[in-house]
Amino acid sequence: MKTLESILANHPFFANLKAEYLALVTGCASNVRFEAGQFIHRQDEEADSFYIIREGKVALEICPPGKKAITVQTVSDGEILGWAWLVPPYHWQFDAQAVELTRAIVLDGKCLRNKCGEDHTLGYELLSRLLPIIGQTMEATRLQLLDIYGVQR
Amino acid sequence: MAGQMQPPGVNPMIPQTYRVNKFIRETHDTFSLDVVPKGGTEPMVFQPGQFNMLYAFGVGEVPISISGPKPGTQGMIHTIRDVGVVTRALHHLKKGQTLGLRGPFGSSWPIEESKGQDVVIMAGGIGLAPLRPALYALLEQRDQYGEIVLLYGVRNPEDLLFTKEFETWRGKYGVQVKLTVDTADREWRGNVGVVNTLIQRVTFDPLNTVAMICGPEVMMRFAVSELKRYGVPEQQLYVTLERNLKCAVGFCGHCQFGPAFICKDGAVFRYDKVKPFFGIREI
Repeated sequence: MKTLESILANHPFFANLKAEYLALVTGCASNVRFEAGQFIHRQDEEADSFYIIREGKVALEICPPGKKAITVQTVSDGEILGWAWLVPPYHWQFDAQAVELTRAIVLDGKCLRNKCGEDHTLGYELLSRLLPIIGQTMEATRLQLLDIYGVQR
Repeated sequence: MAGQMQPPGVNPMIPQTYRVNKFIRETHDTFSLDVVPKGGTEPMVFQPGQFNMLYAFGVGEVPISISGPKPGTQGMIHTIRDVGVVTRALHHLKKGQTLGLRGPFGSSWPIEESKGQDVVIMAGGIGLAPLRPALYALLEQRDQYGEIVLLYGVRNPEDLLFTKEFETWRGKYGVQVKLTVDTADREWRGNVGVVNTLIQRVTFDPLNTVAMICGPEVMMRFAVSELKRYGVPEQQLYVTLERNLKCAVGFCGHCQFGPAFICKDGAVFRYDKVKPFFGIREI
């Protein structure tokens, strides 16, 4: 059976992370499983989890009043879900719903924040891995806003 | 890749008459015309990536990429989005009606040059249309290529083209097909996000990969940048460019792009050849 530490070590987000830091992160980790259609979190709820997706697919949704929910992004195998656990006021900005059976490792956000506070090198290491993802998401959002596939007039 | 022009002796400025063999509704605003030469002349020979000038009589002419024939069929297929006066007139054509056609024009995808390598096809929106003949050509000699990957992004699920063919490409030919849309409702079970994000979800050997990219120019810029980040060399990236094509043979200069004319030197370009001009807003 694979240990949480070995699963995390093989996830792209934690690739080549020093063993001592991997051990620290694993101390905040546990396995989770979401059935298709199950909500993982809702907008404005407290964001106390950082999900490392092992397999499956999760939709990030926003629900305009009186309208159907709109999916703005999906994340799947090898990706992560959420960074609201890191940024005050630690509230989710979107609903997250499993599109299919999803297995993940959840890291306790408070636990991780405390460890990053105690060891800034670990904090820097995690931020260095999160920032490119945040940057790519922002870039993707801009492209989506451009509506590049719409009729150009 | 150098384009194949009309046969010698044929005036490239004079349209030939073609008949609509089949009208295919693809999406709410996109359709395909399967056309055959009127009078039963030989079917056109073309290279994947080339385009024709379609003439709606009395209305005008537009450049349209060739998106077929499908394997085993004869008709020349053009997939068209209804966005203007001429495309609207073409939209109203019915089976048996005629239109003018000049072509084929332009350069082509590097099908032969890609042999022995992995091929990544990245398409955005109607950009899948000019790539479909390339895919057909690759699949015709499937064993000559390594991994074949299709990454395709559109605005929403209703805009996906050629959806019936995806399963054949996956199941029969082992193509890694990944789709994504910009936004969707809960009915959609697939990916949501920009097409570049699909690259991480497929397997290919970057150094031994040829990428063929077609879509809105902004999408292609980001696609090129992402493929380079994964290690695909610039000389192995191919893009298509779109400008105001009029004569299609390099006479009029409307489609000048730096030192090139898109109609005769493109529309398919090797990325490193156009890189200095790619993204310059004045061009």
